[in-house]
Amino acid sequence: MKMLPEIIKNLFRKKATRNYPAVKRVPFPNVRGELVNDISQCIFCKICETKCPANCIEIDKDKRTWTYDPMECVYCGICSESCPKKCLSHKPEYRPPMTKRQVITLRGKPLPPKPAPEEKKSDTDTSS
Amino acid sequence: MVSTVIPFGPQHPVLPEPVHFKLKIEDEKVVDAIPAVGFVHRGLECLVAKKDFVQMTQVVERVCGICSAMHGMCYCMGIEEMMGIEIPKKAAFLRTVWTELHRIHSHLLWFGLYADAFGFESLFMQFWKIREKIMDINEATAGSRVIISVNVIGGVKRDISPEHRQWILSTLDEVEEALRDLEKVVYEDYTIRKRTVGIGVLSKEKAYELGASGPMARGSGIDIDARSLGYAAFPDLDWEPIVEYGGDCFARAKVRFREMLQSIGLVRQAFQKMPRDEEIAVKVTGRPEGEVITRVEQPRGECLYYLKGNGSKNLDRCRIRTPSFANFPPIMSMLIGCRLADVPVIILSMDPCISCTER
Ligand code: SF4
Ligand code: SF4
Repeated sequence: MKMLPEIIKNLFRKKATRNYPAVKRVPFPNVRGELVNDISQCIFCKICETKCPANCIEIDKDKRTWTYDPMECVYCGICSESCPKKCLSHKPEYRPPMTKRQVITLRGKPLPPKPAPEEKKSDTDTSS
Repeated sequence: MVSTVIPFGPQHPVLPEPVHFKLKIEDEKVVDAIPAVGFVHRGLECLVAKKDFVQMTQVVERVCGICSAMHGMCYCMGIEEMMGIEIPKKAAFLRTVWTELHRIHSHLLWFGLYADAFGFESLFMQFWKIREKIMDINEATAGSRVIISVNVIGGVKRDISPEHRQWILSTLDEVEEALRDLEKVVYEDYTIRKRTVGIGVLSKEKAYELGASGPMARGSGIDIDARSLGYAAFPDLDWEPIVEYGGDCFARAKVRFREMLQSIGLVRQAFQKMPRDEEIAVKVTGRPEGEVITRVEQPRGECLYYLKGNGSKNLDRCRIRTPSFANFPPIMSMLIGCRLADVPVIILSMDPCISCTER
């Protein structure tokens, strides 16, 4: 009975729910949502791979690939905070539901042939 | 008399998490209750061998969703003590703000489930509607609704901007107003009183003897609150543990209700007294070595962390004793002698957090 005034008040209050599939909730601006990598900036330094508590990033320095498993990610934001190039960032939206497991692999541009590795090679060549 | 054994759980409408009780019934009375836990064991303590001590912060936050900020804080406090780090004053205040917000939303969640346990659906929805406001604060300030991941070793990761501060204070005003509207329902409603007053009585002596913690102990008249140890910013705030003397389900609900209002006050105080400086974290170098025990007050009671470091990047041991674990012996004693229909309410009055207990 004590609840009655509250129930009557609720009749005149704003609706607390939304019409879900039609009206979606908009997350706040600095939410840690979907993780995106601007691969053109990435230097494959492996810092994100080492720091990630869920071990969901794998980097192959030679093949220049950055592989990320969004299903294992816990969206803690450690990787994006420690990335030295700031190429990792969180979109302020949550990842939409998926029906299949998906692993994201991004490929960086192959390194332009630099003289540096050549020199090293020749160094080792001469020493051996 | 013939006795029957009735299984309660692991799946039961009132239980948010799986726990199993074998209830031995004679007629309507419960004469014995045997708990069985272990349905959601995830082996998180074991992960210390694999994750380094910085990554463990994220692991311990996932011990429990509802009090993740407290778990993170307790762990970080332990490592800071081991490494002799003093965190900036502002970080201590920010930790206090987030943990108190967690306490409010945890108690609101509990009230919803509690109302649901005796079939008061409209009250359940009302509490969860209020809770949504706190979740919005978490999302806007920390970037995530439940597991907010703001604690790092040496301080906190994010600051609360002055605009957010204003908005939080006005939202808390709304929450307080909404709670005041429901105060009468919780305290005076006929159905609620009928289902909770004098049900599941735990006397002060029994509570002390069986090691009850948190609202279970405070509802029985024991003045015990780990916040009075003076961690984070609590020494600078003006507050007192909330104690009720009934010892029944009603007293425990009352403790929680008053705690929510108190936490709102604590957040306001923390914002008032928060230093204006910019520094929110100190840089951490080195590796932890030694042994520490840290304790914090979680919504459900006192949580204890035992950490042992050996000077390498992995800890030797991270042992967590959660409040629900301490509250199991009292609940067993309360169940014996009660009526079968009261079992869900009694079990819920402890605010069981099973994922915490089993880690
Ligand atoms: S930390 Fe940043 S720059 Fe380094 S590998 Fe990861 S994404 Fe690339
Ligand atoms: S957000 Fe956290 S879990 Fe996800 S990839 Fe980054 S560090 Fe790993």
